[in-house]
Amino acid sequence: MTILTAPPAVPSVQTAGDLEIRGLTKDFGATRVLHGIDLVVPAGTTTCIIGPSGSGKSTVLRCINRLEEPSGGEVLLDGTDVLHGSEDALRRRVGMVFQHFNLFPHRTVLDNIVLPVRRVRRVSAAEARRVALERLTEVGLAEKADVRPASLSGGQKQRVAIARALALGPEVMLFDEATSALDPELVKGVLALMKGLAGAGMTMVVVTHEMGFAREAADQVVFMDRGVVVEAGPPAQLFDHPRTDRLKTFLDQVL
Amino acid sequence: MNFSDALANIGRSFFDGEAMLRTLPDMLAYGVWNTLLLALCATAIGIVVGLLLAVMGTSRHRLPRVLSRIYTDVFRGLPAILTILLIGTGLSPLFNLFTRGNPYPLGILALSLIASAYIGEIFRAGILAVDRGQLEASRALGMSHGDSMRLVVIPQGIRQVLPSLVNQFIAIVKDSSLVYFLGLITSQRELFRIGQDAAITNGNLSPLVLAGVFYLIITVPLTHLVNVIDRRLREGRSFGRRPSGTVPPASPPTSAGAVATAAPATSAATASAATTEPLAPATSGAPR
Repeated sequence: MTILTAPPAVPSVQTAGDLEIRGLTKDFGATRVLHGIDLVVPAGTTTCIIGPSGSGKSTVLRCINRLEEPSGGEVLLDGTDVLHGSEDALRRRVGMVFQHFNLFPHRTVLDNIVLPVRRVRRVSAAEARRVALERLTEVGLAEKADVRPASLSGGQKQRVAIARALALGPEVMLFDEATSALDPELVKGVLALMKGLAGAGMTMVVVTHEMGFAREAADQVVFMDRGVVVEAGPPAQLFDHPRTDRLKTFLDQVL
Repeated sequence: MNFSDALANIGRSFFDGEAMLRTLPDMLAYGVWNTLLLALCATAIGIVVGLLLAVMGTSRHRLPRVLSRIYTDVFRGLPAILTILLIGTGLSPLFNLFTRGNPYPLGILALSLIASAYIGEIFRAGILAVDRGQLEASRALGMSHGDSMRLVVIPQGIRQVLPSLVNQFIAIVKDSSLVYFLGLITSQRELFRIGQDAAITNGNLSPLVLAGVFYLIITVPLTHLVNVIDRRLREGRSFGRRPSGTVPPASPPTSAGAVATAAPATSAATASAATTEPLAPATSGAPR
């Protein structure tokens, strides 16, 4: 029995999708949770968003693909506004990976990928199968194609979820605490896959508590607290020379 | 009359073998089949209409939700006997055009209207119990709301309530006895009516006891089936990680007798059926 899975092949990605957020606000009822977020993620780069729970990190992510409708501000993908067109069209260009994987438990691993590929890209069953198997192979799980997600480990589930999002050919990938629900020994494999993806030039926005990952894989780190961006910059600058007390306090707590 | 005579009388009244034997042929020839036919037709129609009601009831739009609510409140809130009488006799002028005075289809219609309301609530509870992340994930993948509901959420919701559905079938089997009010001809009579007719003719309750035995022969194995499904689902593997705080579905109320409780799916899929639809997550549904 293999204990460690070999590092997955680097998934093929298309480098496109400059992402720009301007003055993003979000209200839940009378409560404003995002107070005007500005963020630029150049194509092919990785931005990690860090910050305490409840700071609005996930909400920013969910506003980018409109799982939450922003209350104000703009989201631009390759310079065009995406908040006023079809949300389904936007989501074809932006993949998302969730903390709890959200694989479809009633379908096999392969069908988890085939289903959205068929419905969204309107390709033939054979083509969808081919794409799905290719993506599964990239994340090192081709041999699990016919089992149900329930029999996978958390790490394997998350890799399938990543393969599923990639199979739609997104220009941008959003990761919402993708390793937070994993047992510690399974975190590494998923982070390695994400690093590979970043290295291959995928445009990524990653909400994470993994400071090590942020330091190594991010081109830009954004520190959020209470609905605002407190500091943003290259990882070395934020982690080694934090300018604000809030970031210093936060780093003291997590490092 | 002394005490032992009284006991003997009661014994004869309940367990008169001759009276039972005289009724047995009719029970076997018509009774069982009419009971099963009424219950199966009502359940089949109830599943179709109930699914529609559940989809409407979980809609994002207000109007279908309200319509589904009204239907469910009415047909779940009325006594079954009242619905059966009103539909079975009240609609007969209209239906006589198609059914030549035969009230049997009206009996099925009335039972179906009631079954739809209860089954709709069972499905609705099942759909609402599906983790919200399932809808979010399929929407995030670019699938439309309709596709996401149809291909991801609803199939999982239905699986969770299979035991409740069997319980509802048991309730419908029993409710089907109420069509005896509609004046059916001999070959259309179900177990209860045959038992009751014979009881009156013989001045003896034994035929009704026999009818009871037939009901139990139908329902008891089903209650055990519920437990088997339930256990298989419970002993299955964990069904993916659920965020804590997932709200368990409300107990769908069922009609007379069988009480079903849909519990949240915490356990899991059998990897059995290779192709399409294996049974999946658990519900607790033992009839009380």
